[in-house]
Amino acid sequence: MVIPDIVGAGLVVIGVGIGIGSIGRGAMEAIGRQPDATGKIQTAMLIAAALVEGIGFAALFAV
Amino acid sequence: MRLGLIIGMPKKLHSKFLIFFLLGLASINAKETLNESASVDNLKAEIKEYILHHLQDNHDFNLLSYTNELGEKVHIGAPLPVILWDEGLKIFSSSKLNHGKSVAHVGENYYKLDHGKIYKTDASGTINYDTLHEASNTVPLDLSITKGVVSLLFTALIMFLLFKGLADSYKKNGLVAKGIGRFFEPIVIYIRDEIAIPNIGEKHHRKFMGYLLTLFFFVWFLNLLGLTPLGINVTGNIAVTFCLALITFVITNISGKKEYWKHIFWMPGVPWPMKIVLAPIEFLGVLIKPFSLMIRLYANISAGHIVLMSLISLIFVFKNFIGSSLSFMLAFSISIIEILVAALQAYIFTVLSALYFGFAVEEHDHDDH
Repeated sequence: MVIPDIVGAGLVVIGVGIGIGSIGRGAMEAIGRQPDATGKIQTAMLIAAALVEGIGFAALFAV
Repeated sequence: MRLGLIIGMPKKLHSKFLIFFLLGLASINAKETLNESASVDNLKAEIKEYILHHLQDNHDFNLLSYTNELGEKVHIGAPLPVILWDEGLKIFSSSKLNHGKSVAHVGENYYKLDHGKIYKTDASGTINYDTLHEASNTVPLDLSITKGVVSLLFTALIMFLLFKGLADSYKKNGLVAKGIGRFFEPIVIYIRDEIAIPNIGEKHHRKFMGYLLTLFFFVWFLNLLGLTPLGINVTGNIAVTFCLALITFVITNISGKKEYWKHIFWMPGVPWPMKIVLAPIEFLGVLIKPFSLMIRLYANISAGHIVLMSLISLIFVFKNFIGSSLSFMLAFSISIIEILVAALQAYIFTVLSALYFGFAVEEHDHDDH
């Protein structure tokens, strides 16, 4: 049974969605606990999200 | 009455309206006027070819093209010099290639453009396709000034003029910036205080600031240039991002101290069987980190362009009023997101480069060695 390419693309998107979503959740909780550190938390969240998105895009292009 | 609404608006709302109008121009990338009698399959093939043509590099600066009444394609744009190395330097104007329709006769050789690449052919312009349906003629070394090269040089010139003006204004006005460079001073300070110093440290950050600043503004301006209706796609070209990642890689490894290499191949504080297992993985990490920089920028920008152009092509697929206007709204919203992505990708590239430089020049004291 051959799995079509597009199913692989869908799995990649699910993975990226869960990854970036949980990064966002952690960031929101941290901001909720310490609103003073919002700037640093936002910066760290963006960096982590870009890394996850990078792998997602690379996989999407390979598919 | 509608005119009165615009004129009677208070000044603040007036400027917001102007900003939205200018942003709306960012969506106007639809250049091709399609033939009314085209069938759906013809439309799909034309859209695909339009998108592919945008992603590739062209040998002439083509602004727009349309089909006139005689059925021929009229291009509005300027030809660029083609420079080939084929046992001797051959320089000619790309108007001889005529967008892939005619064969250029240069000296004794004939060259033809096929899907964006220049091949060496005979007088009638035959291109031999092999079994995989790829052309198998000889390819001369192509060093032409293409559209991408022109935009790289243009961006470099703009950046030089902008920041030289800013630096001169400091000298003239006593350490206070005046003029349009004023907008970039907080960004430069942000890169120094929030990106360079936390990652590289107070002691060594001066050495890398020049490269980090150039990198950030270069990638940001090139990304923004790709969103204009000029149809220039530079950072969506893997060769450009490869060179940027290569420069980061070279600078990281040249400025690597003994601590850096020790941490990769013979990390301290780890039992020796683990060291032998971890060394190849860390070595691969040295290669993969710039590789991921290259892929991340390339994939983000070209995927954004593909999505944007597909949505704009959707305007032509729907032939009724509601479908076209909704696709236009969607394309407009995605353009706004792409402007954010342009700045974000430049920021991420700079932050990760600063991080890698920080690893290379890090000097800290461990407890056990």
